[in-house]
Amino acid sequence: MKSAVVVFPGINRQRDMLMALEAVTGHTPAAIWHTETALPAGVDLVVVPGGFSYGDYLRCGAIAARSPVMAAILAHAQRGGKVLGVCNGFQILVETGLLPGALMRNAGLKFVCKNVRLRIENDSTFFTRTMTAGDVVTCPVAHGDGNYFADPATLQRLEGEGRVVFRYAEASNPNGSLNNIAGIVNEQGNVIGMMPHPENMIAPIHGAEDCRGLFESLMAA
Amino acid sequence: MKARIRITLKAGVLDPQGKAIEGALSSLGFAGVDNVRQGKYIELDIAAKDRAAAEAEVRAMCEKLLANTVIENYTIDIQ
Repeated sequence: MKSAVVVFPGINRQRDMLMALEAVTGHTPAAIWHTETALPAGVDLVVVPGGFSYGDYLRCGAIAARSPVMAAILAHAQRGGKVLGVCNGFQILVETGLLPGALMRNAGLKFVCKNVRLRIENDSTFFTRTMTAGDVVTCPVAHGDGNYFADPATLQRLEGEGRVVFRYAEASNPNGSLNNIAGIVNEQGNVIGMMPHPENMIAPIHGAEDCRGLFESLMAA
Repeated sequence: MKARIRITLKAGVLDPQGKAIEGALSSLGFAGVDNVRQGKYIELDIAAKDRAAAEAEVRAMCEKLLANTVIENYTIDIQ
């Protein structure tokens, strides 16, 4: 399982993601700078990590979504390559149109940084296949704009096609997301975006290893 | 030419910032204020052969970057 993590100016969670990928999969991921126009050969998974690309100017993820490396990531996704976006990475994937909807300012207007309860809704994706639908895990969130919005038709489609992968559980919705949506997958099943940070819940030092199974899913491919 | 772009949230999209502004106005004693919606205003200079060309160019900018048409509408004023 060869992976790569994209780095934009203002991204600050790439190290956590690189460490988590290496710790669980045993393979050292490549780090790719945003000006690159090609991905390293043979990459299976591209991760767009969390942070504050371009200072969240204009809209979160808007400027990163139009940077040179994104054309290579779009082509990778169109070839069926796997893409995972976490937090700002989710916002970036939504801005590119790889995933539907939008991530808006948290309903409570405050930046939230805490653990939430996350329910696995779809256990057949490349990032959840070692889990069981209905499993509830603890996972940290850290964002100011994680309020998932989509028009009613899109929402109905996502729900009807089982494309909500993660949902905030036990009344822990931290941002007002419609239908408590925390993460979704595209129609083809190879692009996943989520607001919570599973890379920060995989080792004893994190307090728990609840999200280790997500990364183990990458190996079960 | 000067382009002035107004970006607003579509009707039906929740605007928590607008709501907070509305709350603040009400606590300052401004009565009868309702439906506060906030948005963005962008101004730029553009070199174009005429107004129509400038407008087409700015429209492309809005579609490609300046507005997220999933949640936002925009209007363009060229002078």
